[in-house]
Parts: sequence; C-alpha cells; structure tokens
Amino acid sequence: MDGSQTASTTLNRRKFLFTAATAAGGFAIGIGALPRWAEAATVAAQPWDENASSPHEIDAWIAIDPDDSILIRYQRAEMGQGSMTAVPMMLNEELQADWSHVRIEYASANRNIRENKVYGDMFSNGSRSIKGSQKLVQQVGASARERLIAAAAQRWSVPAGECAAANSVVTHKPSGRTLRYGELAADAAKIKLDKEPAIKTPDQFTFIGKPMPRVDVPLKVDGSAKFGIDAQVPGMVFAAIIQCPVPGGKLKGVDESPLSGAPGIVGVVKMADAVAVAATGSFWRAQQALAKLHPEWDVGPAGNTDTAQFLREYRAALDEGKAATARNQGNVDQALPGAAKTLEAVYETPYLSHSPMEPMNATVDLKPDRLDIWVGTQDALDETEKAAKAAGLEPEQVYLHNCFVGGGFGRRDAADEVVQAIAIAKAVQKPVKLIWTREEDTRHDKFRPMAVTRFKAGLGADGMPNAWSIRTVAGSVPLAAGLRLPPNGVDFVAIAALASNPYNIANTRVECVVKDTHLPVWWWRAPGANQNVFAIESFIDEIAAASGQDPYQLRRKLLAGKADYLKVLDAAAERGDWGKPLPKGRGRGIAICEDTGSLCAQVAEVTVSTKGEVKVDRVTAAFDPRYVVNPLTAAEQIEGAIIFGLTAALYGKIDVKNGVPVQANFDTYRMVRLAQAPKIDVHIMPSGGKEWGGAGEPGTPPIAGAVANAIFAATGKRIRSLPIMDHDLSGSA
Amino acid sequence: MVTITVNGTQHQLDLEPDTPLLWALRDVVGLTGTKYGCGIAQCGACTVHINGEAMRSCSVPIALLDGATITTIEGLSPGGRHPVQEAWIAEDVPQCGYCQSGQIMATVAFLKDHPNPTDADIDSNITNICRCGTYERLRRAIHRAAELMKA
Repeated sequence: MDGSQTASTTLNRRKFLFTAATAAGGFAIGIGALPRWAEAATVAAQPWDENASSPHEIDAWIAIDPDDSILIRYQRAEMGQGSMTAVPMMLNEELQADWSHVRIEYASANRNIRENKVYGDMFSNGSRSIKGSQKLVQQVGASARERLIAAAAQRWSVPAGECAAANSVVTHKPSGRTLRYGELAADAAKIKLDKEPAIKTPDQFTFIGKPMPRVDVPLKVDGSAKFGIDAQVPGMVFAAIIQCPVPGGKLKGVDESPLSGAPGIVGVVKMADAVAVAATGSFWRAQQALAKLHPEWDVGPAGNTDTAQFLREYRAALDEGKAATARNQGNVDQALPGAAKTLEAVYETPYLSHSPMEPMNATVDLKPDRLDIWVGTQDALDETEKAAKAAGLEPEQVYLHNCFVGGGFGRRDAADEVVQAIAIAKAVQKPVKLIWTREEDTRHDKFRPMAVTRFKAGLGADGMPNAWSIRTVAGSVPLAAGLRLPPNGVDFVAIAALASNPYNIANTRVECVVKDTHLPVWWWRAPGANQNVFAIESFIDEIAAASGQDPYQLRRKLLAGKADYLKVLDAAAERGDWGKPLPKGRGRGIAICEDTGSLCAQVAEVTVSTKGEVKVDRVTAAFDPRYVVNPLTAAEQIEGAIIFGLTAALYGKIDVKNGVPVQANFDTYRMVRLAQAPKIDVHIMPSGGKEWGGAGEPGTPPIAGAVANAIFAATGKRIRSLPIMDHDLSGSA
Repeated sequence: MVTITVNGTQHQLDLEPDTPLLWALRDVVGLTGTKYGCGIAQCGACTVHINGEAMRSCSVPIALLDGATITTIEGLSPGGRHPVQEAWIAEDVPQCGYCQSGQIMATVAFLKDHPNPTDADIDSNITNICRCGTYERLRRAIHRAAELMKA
C-alpha cells in the first residue's frame, strides 16, 4: 500500500484532513498478502491529489516513480459500479505496466478546467463510464507506452521499432537489453511523438476481459474508504436542513426564538425553499435544534394534490393529452379494426426515490478566492461549474475533491446539496458539512417519474400480433434536466424501450404525452426503460396468454432474424430451466430488453403462498454488453441491478398526500433485504460489434416484468401496476 | 460527561446526553467508518459492537453508555484482517461500500452465535440494507467467513 501512504503523507501536510483515516490505522491493511490481491492495483482511502500533479508525471494521466510504482488517474466517479478499476484497466491494456504496482487516484476537475479538458468528460451516468472512456484512455496509455519505448531507443541508439514494452519493462529485442519504466519515465516525459500511435483493436486485447478484483474493496471492508459524508475540515460546523414539505413551495418565514441562547448554534440560514441550522460539535445538535423550529411555508395549489388525483389525470391524458409520435410504421389505424382479436391494457408505475445509502451531503470551505468541496458526485466537472456559479467564483477557483459515492443511481449529479452547503457557508462564514436526514433524502429526491401506458394490439387468426399502438403519459426527465425536446415533441426518455422495441410487428405506433406534477423528476437507473420494460414485457405476455402461446416462444417468433436478441433470450431460458415443471404456486416469467447498447434477458422463478406472499426464489440473467473489460464487475452490476429493480417491483412507491411525498424512511420506503434476495445467476456473453454497451443499468429494466409474468404463471393474475405488494394475491396460487 | 472506550482508547464525551453513539463516534471521536443511513435502526449501516453485542448506534443515546466498551469497524482487527473482512475481500462483496461496515459488524456478532449458519439463519439475522444489492456475494461471504473462522 505504498500508494496510500504516499497520498496520506502528502495530505497530512495540507490543512484539509480526513483525520479518521490516520486515527483508524486504515492504511495498514495488507492486501498484498491475499493471493487474489497479489496482482491487484490499489487506491488510497482518500484518492484525490490536493496538488493535482506529481513530480514524476508522464502526462496529466500517468506518473511513474523511479521505483516503478505507477499512478493512473481515473476521471469519472466510483459509486460501486467498479469503473475506477475497469477504466484504468483499459488504459493499462496499452500502457503495459505491472498492474500490481499501479495505484489509482481521481483526476482533478479543477486541473481539467485549467488544462483544456485534458481528462475530457468526467461524468458517470448513462452506463457510459467505460464506453465513454475507452478510446481516450486507450490512446493515453498507448502514447505513454510509445514515449517510454522512444526513451529507451534513444538511450540505446537503436530504432524504436526494435523495442517492445511489457510488464513495466522495455526490451530491445535483438540484444535482449532491458530498462524499467522507472528508469525511463523522466526522459519519456520530455518526448513528443510525431504522431499518435494506433490503439489496439479488441482482438488484440490481452488484459481487458480478465476478471480483476476491484481496487476499492479493501478500503470498504475496514472503514477507511472516504465518502463525502466523512469529510472533516478544521473549524467545520454541522448543518441540518428542512426543505418545504411540498416540493416547489417557498419559505414564508421562521421564528428563530426557540433557539435563542441555545449552546453551540452558529446560525439559522433561510433559503428560498428551506431552513438550515448550523451548529458546532455534532450533526445531532444541528438536527435537534432544527426540529425546534416550525417554519411557515407557502405551498401553493400543489398542497391540495394527491396520488389518486395524479392517476386520474394521467389516465385522462391518454386520450386528452397532446401526443407526440415517436415511431409510426405501417398503418395501425387500419390494421387494428381488421384484427381477428384485439387486446387492450393500461400499465401504471409510481414515483420512486433513488435512496442511496449515503444520504445527500456536501462539505464546503468557502474563501473569498477559493472554494473547496468534498462530495461524492457522479459529475465532478459539471458540479464544479454549478458550484462556481453559486459561490460567485470562476470554475478555476473551485476545487472539488470527489469522494467515494455511497450509491448514486442517477441522483448525485444535480448539485442541489452542494449549492445549499455553499449558501450556508456564506451565511455562517465557516466551513460547513451539510447532511440531509434520510427523511429529507427520500422526500426531496428528484424522483423517477410516474407513468401510465396503454397498449392496444390486434392479433391475426394465427394468434400473432400484426398491429399495436402504445401511448405513454409520463413526466419529463430531459425537461427537468434543462434539455430541450426535439421539434416533434418526443421525450426520448419517456419512450425508452417502447419506440425502440425489437419486436417484428408490421404496424407499430408509439406515442408519448409529457405530463408533470409538482414533484421534480430526474435520471433513475435505466431512465425510461425501468418503467417501460415492465409494461411492454408484461403486455407481450398478455398477447401470449390471449393466443395460447408460450411467452418465450412468442418472443422468439417476434424476434426472428435478430440473432443477438435470440442468443441472450435462449441463454436465459435454457439456464433458467424454462419449461421445466414447477409445483403449484410457483411460476417462471421471462423478459428481455436493450438498454445503453446492451442486451439483458432474465428468467425469474417465484413462489406465491396461499396468503398471497410473493417470494422471488431465483433469477437467471443473460447479458450481452458487446465488450467486457472486467467480467467480475460486470456480473456484480447485473446482480445489483436486479435487486435494485426488484425493490421497485415489489415495494417501490412514493405516494403523495396534500402535496407531500408520503414515504420518508426505510420503515415506509421498503427495501429488499437478504431474506427477500433471490439466488442470482449471471451469464455474460459479449457479442462484439461496432459499439460498446453499458453495464450499470441494463440489468434493472427486465426484472419487474419477469417477476410479474412469473406471478401470472403461478396464479393467473396479471399485475398491471407496481408495486406488487399493493396487489392482493391471496388464494390465487 | 460520559466516558466510553472505543477500540481500546478511552474518550470523554461532552455532548448532550441524548446524542446517539453514531454521532459521537463520527463527529467527536472522529471514526467515520460507522455510517449514518436512516437514524431509526432500520438499515444497520451504523452497526457497532457495544460490550460485545451488535447494536445500531444511531438509536443508542450516549447517556446509556457510561463505562461501555465499543468496537467499531476500524477496531475490528489489526490491519483489517478479521476472517469476515478476508471473506468479504475474497468474494469482492462491496459495491458502493457505504453499508458494508455495518454488514461486517453485524456478521461478526452473528457468527459468534451461529458458527454453522444456514441460509435461513442468515436471512433472519442479517437484516441490514444494501441498496447496491450485493446480497448474492454477501451471503457467500458469510458462509466463507464461517469456514475461515473454524480454520
């Protein structure tokens, strides 16, 4: 763990300390002794460089010390998705360094701004951490390798073409002479290449594709990994916040007298829609003080709304709303009336909260000419710019120290908590750590939008669908995120997985109606697809049932000619024991989707008790991300995505009453725990091709449909709205 | 003033007596491996050992702890080498990692009472929430830890 010690020594000279790291002795972990870790790279508990430079840099990405220890900078977020391991693996495919001597740290967003975006984009969203980095980091690694080779060739006065690099050593092939990277780095840093070397094509990969343990795991089993909430800045005070219970409402006023003379209170900070209390000593003190205040709010007309009303309005909008057409093929209006049999169904999905385990928080130290921020963010560059604006500084004056993110799922790139922390720091003139309570985190999420989706299908005499019309009413994430819809008005998130559905049905129309309430919405793991795949894969099952066909075989027919889809569908069916008999009360369901360029098919096996309790026993997933960098983390992502989607399917809903989100903590916003977790088997089957797929999101969309279809198989009851716990299934099995 | 011993070191806490142990550990003692997740003993991210028993520290006021001995994730073993930690590494359990201190502390206490745990034992005793959904590997790691502890 040389890397950790180096980083901590550097940090200890600085004024901003994470004191617990040293107090805990967390750096002492001896991962090298574990066999699996012998060949592993490492990362420090607080993996950012305050100076954002090293004396032994080859370039902004790579530093090589004389002792051959190698620093690789990682430019995106680590929120559990494993990209902090996988992206440097791609760089090292080209660099050819000895991975066991590699340590990884975060690239600095500040340096990225100052040095002409040398790190490119810094976001981790849309399952793009790997595919969005691949060409860039391969090029960075290849350039560094060629410069190391050029430095060796110069030293030996031989043509560079006679030299090769491997395992942190350059070898002159004819003579067998060798030089270590550590001996060459200083010269290599001075070399400019005439042209950029070609990067490897996938058939040339030797390191990409190997299962490698994650660099952050050892730090996450001894408490030393630093999340944003763990920041400890000298002189820091703690802040708790209450935001208007009705999202979008405003603060009218607050009587501060209950806190007059209370010990340790540093300030009461009023914002447009929130009140915060800052206190010395502990977050608890701030939280308890805040609880003594009773702010008055102007909640507006939204204060009279509730979920039942929203549902009525969304259902009405299926006919009355202004629909934008996303896909129109054949002639649905002609084909539907002529069908031998028609089917119609409406599917409903509720608002959902992201609820990462680490609630929203940010620590800021605001000086007249410099702002330091400690936060776990999915987009350090974008949040740096938002913070600069809030602080009235230039982005170059903002130093965002990205921390390990305690769960993101799309929530942690809005910067709302950062902007609040800056407002509090401005008011109290001290470094501030702001933490949202779990209740604030749930109720003031930017939610997964609710949606109501109607399907109409016409079946021919052979039972096969020849026409379908799909219309969805949903809140708009792109509009919430400040993006514009295209001129045709189609919300590309609302129609995700609907307009692009792969089924060969001659007459297909997909439309959307954008409809929002006062609840803010945002990106939530597999945006759009996470609700739409439940709906469309359930409706395909309805077509199968109505025509007396096996749901798997119907899908096979509708996917005829699409070899990649069939491959994952067949794999899931085969490994998931599709068609094998099950006892009464049990059933299997199947679902498939394309998301972020990857394919995922899942077979779920459920038991429904006579009391109507649903237990998901087993899930088999087949996953084609086109290319795989680290099969270990890819499998972990599918496993986790299935649990994430299963929580939503079984329990997930945010109700609204009097304009207020009802569910607030884990007693009412229920989560899948070990007792409900199915056995999961993941089969990774990359098919190659031009584009790389994502891994973080595609595992989430299919599970709700697979489980609902399994419940139908077990009970004959069709689930057309989520969550499943709201359906009475007693006596149906 | 409340005196507690945390990972072998005595600390005097000059805090409101209703302050939960969680915030005393994080904000005063300076040990941040113990996490805040819910504040109502639902999620288990704050699990520590109080006099040898696994407890959710967000819901234990320090007033009840004068003279108590506390073990946090940082003090579980020298160098982070407890068999449960080794099993966690071997199974590559953590994703975001935020809940894992609590999962590990809960498992260490659980295995003392259940040296040969069945899946049913695990399900009914390890109730901590993992939002990343690491349960498949977590379950394997608990079984592996049980084996390691026998060795």
